[in-house]
Amino acid sequence: MASWKKIEEMRLLGKPYPRVDGADKVSGMAKYSYDVQLPGMLYGRILRSPYPHAKVKSVDASKVEALPGVKAVLTKIKDEVLFAGDEVAAVAAVSEGIVDDALELFQVEYEVLPFTVLEEKAMKPDAAKVFSERDSNLGKPQERSEGDMDKGFAEADMIIEQTYRLAVQTHSCLETHGCVAEWRGDELYLWDSTQAVHGVRSAVAKHYDMPENKVHVITHHMGGGFGSKLWARAYNFIAADLAKKAGAAVKLMLDREEDFLCTGNRPSSVQKLKIGAKRDGTLTAFQMESYGTGGISGGAGVPQPYIYFFPNYKITHHDVFINAGPAAPMRAPGHPQAAFAMDSLMDELAEKLGMDPLELRRKNDRNETRAKEYQLAAEKFGWQRRKPSGSDTGNIKRGMGIGTGRWGGGGNKETKAIVSIYPDGSVDVKIGTQDIGVGTRTIVAGVVAEVLGLDLQDVKPLIGESDYPWAPGSGGSTTAASVCPAIKNAADRAKAKLMEKAAARLQVQPDDLQIQNKGIIAKSDPDKKLSWKKACFLLGNQPISEQEAWSEGLSDSGTAGCQFAEVEVDTETGEVKVLKVTAAQDCGLVVNMLTATNQVNGAMIGAVGYALLENRILDQNTGIMVNPNLENYKVPGAMEMPEFDVTIIDESQRGVIGLGEPPAIPGPAAIANAVANAIGVHIRELPITPDKVLMALAKGKEGSR
Amino acid sequence: MALHLDYSNINYSDFLLAIITKDIIEKNEFQSSFAKFLRKDHMSVNKPQSEISRRTFIKGLGGGIVGTAAVGSAITGGAAPETGPEGAEIRGPDKVQIALTVNGKKHRLLVEPRTTLLDAIRDQLGYTGSKRVCNRGECGACTVILSGNTILACSMLALDADGGKIETVEGLAKGSKLSPVQEAFVKHDAMQCGFCTSGFVVSSTALLRENPQPTLEEIKMGVSGNLCRCGTYPHIFAAVTEAAESMRKGG
Repeated sequence: MASWKKIEEMRLLGKPYPRVDGADKVSGMAKYSYDVQLPGMLYGRILRSPYPHAKVKSVDASKVEALPGVKAVLTKIKDEVLFAGDEVAAVAAVSEGIVDDALELFQVEYEVLPFTVLEEKAMKPDAAKVFSERDSNLGKPQERSEGDMDKGFAEADMIIEQTYRLAVQTHSCLETHGCVAEWRGDELYLWDSTQAVHGVRSAVAKHYDMPENKVHVITHHMGGGFGSKLWARAYNFIAADLAKKAGAAVKLMLDREEDFLCTGNRPSSVQKLKIGAKRDGTLTAFQMESYGTGGISGGAGVPQPYIYFFPNYKITHHDVFINAGPAAPMRAPGHPQAAFAMDSLMDELAEKLGMDPLELRRKNDRNETRAKEYQLAAEKFGWQRRKPSGSDTGNIKRGMGIGTGRWGGGGNKETKAIVSIYPDGSVDVKIGTQDIGVGTRTIVAGVVAEVLGLDLQDVKPLIGESDYPWAPGSGGSTTAASVCPAIKNAADRAKAKLMEKAAARLQVQPDDLQIQNKGIIAKSDPDKKLSWKKACFLLGNQPISEQEAWSEGLSDSGTAGCQFAEVEVDTETGEVKVLKVTAAQDCGLVVNMLTATNQVNGAMIGAVGYALLENRILDQNTGIMVNPNLENYKVPGAMEMPEFDVTIIDESQRGVIGLGEPPAIPGPAAIANAVANAIGVHIRELPITPDKVLMALAKGKEGSR
Repeated sequence: MALHLDYSNINYSDFLLAIITKDIIEKNEFQSSFAKFLRKDHMSVNKPQSEISRRTFIKGLGGGIVGTAAVGSAITGGAAPETGPEGAEIRGPDKVQIALTVNGKKHRLLVEPRTTLLDAIRDQLGYTGSKRVCNRGECGACTVILSGNTILACSMLALDADGGKIETVEGLAKGSKLSPVQEAFVKHDAMQCGFCTSGFVVSSTALLRENPQPTLEEIKMGVSGNLCRCGTYPHIFAAVTEAAESMRKGG
């Protein structure tokens, strides 16, 4: 079985090193799909439904077609639109101005249908149906159980029950979804802002019933995805159709509002939880009844019971359909929702039992890595400073809380890479993965540099094209664990080929040779050596080019994490300020400590937004999203930044495990628990906005009267 | 405390009021996209400050320095310009020739009056470092420096920048030598996907010109008009702190 060197013996891996495309990104030279400009390129735009539910009776595009500058029109994309923002028609024109003018010239006759945009109303039998062919707006019940729940509750000394709610969060990638499509003869080139060049290639080929080798998907840089860009979307086909009709390249980038409406979201979640526990804190039973909406899609389920050991449990979940844009996987789908509800109720239980919340967790959490992390993070954070809930005095109160998380990750065994060594000593690596911002391009080069004993800048990483060897879409925190093993194996083979050549020249056995200081040297006789350049020169006119696949032993799956948050709550304004978050997280072998730390920070910042700010709001009366912009849908900014203290636990012996999602999980729970600790009242709904804080404080006072 | 003059810190609606008239705002208040209403032809006129800014512009030409962010419109074409109700010049609806000096290079270009400065420099001049993210002055990804001050290129019409001197992210490096801010961004990995990075680099550069020794709070304030969805803020703060130090040491 393949293995990595020990972490102490590695030159690059495990250490911090700047990303290889950093200079391109800070100087504006990195080209995103949005930056692609081709000769004669047209601009495409999609006409979207203003109604949350309607039949499209007719689309008259005669005025559109008559507008000078319009080059292609698609009418009546769908017969029925299911949400405000659904596709109706599309147009391509010579300038963005003209294409916007054109959009206003479509004459569409809609038959407006009843709609529903609120989960609670949509669940009722008399609600307007999102899908006319279905009996109700409820998905099939999802059930899971273990042990004997009733027996478990009967054994409990204490039973605690609460309902938790989470709003819909949107990905809000800064580069909106979109692509540039160009047909060259019967071959299609797509510069797509995607997390999956191979996935999009296959889907597009299938859609057009054309050979896969004639579709080329290119994503050299992309401006964020967070799960919402994992597959081909309607805009891909619309852009390609427009390009075909017009006989010219078409750039079709959605605008910010469109991105909010139709490109995905993290579903809402309402979880009614019930926990049974012994007086000493031992958990005996768990029950959850939950629902949530992913708009016209499912996917609102949550992985309860989260992380703690319950010998007996039963969960029931219903997806609820409403007339809103579909969900998409979003950074650890389901997990932050589950962690928020579970860790909140665990804190409420701890209060009832008169236990330290950390002790209650330790008692019921069987994960060994997290046990280490609790210890380490609690010490670094200063958990012993925590006061009893609600005991802080003054108008501005401080509190502390804990959140937890787990994630799978792991590599895809079909992943392949090609490493080439050229006679002039230069090296490249080709792999059809993509860098969605996490620094994949850098670790692709880093692994080759590590194996071949070269500097990072000596290796040219070629990624982001579907014509390179297959790699999975960048989702589920699987990228690093997929690409690193394949690349290492390819680099090992390329190195072995070079060693054979060098061994023949130095008249030693290949296994007597090792790489040292950018040269090849015989262990038995240090005088027998070749510089890297000279060794490569032996290749004559035939470069080494070795393809290899992923193999066991270089990666693993399964991570654990915990985070401690300290907040300040202004009880007069209701404002919550996160002061500090301390995180402990494992991810196996850290391939690049600098980009890894950046990932953890970023995930924690996303959690600050989810906990305190982000909320997609649909107007009940019109069915339209009222905040489809970055002013009213608030994402975290510089002023909201707490202090971060991140420790990535070294478990390098396990090989590479992904890191993008795991640290996004514990934060919301930690922040919510810290707020409860500060003000002595639990707010059971995210985001914790000032109005909810003030309401909770008012109710808390009433309750104590 | 030296305040960083940055349009990204000015309330969005105040900024709008400064460049367009009230009735147009009312008419378009429910248009969700700022771009849509910038692109109406009639929007390109009646800038309340245009008299002042034209004088400033002429003065600026004479002295070689343009002293304010508001740069008036240069007269183009042979015909005398029409004037609007407040004496402001009307240009368009046909394409208008304007001149922009971008990173020291002078460009003449024809723009529709509704074209934003951002779209003009990106689509017509190829400076694609500045990004369109929100297109309504909420995110800072399109931040450029106009006559010494940061502005949001998505929220200014190209013809309102006519004659202006613009610095974009592409102009900050000297050849392949990155600026201290850029170098520090790379070293501290103050980026992930990189789509916001140009805006942050430009805002940070402007901040350090204004305030070479910012505190952490001042750095946060200085980039508070820029959004990063990947969440690289801690690395950005570290990078700006180090850039300030290295610029100080470098004289």
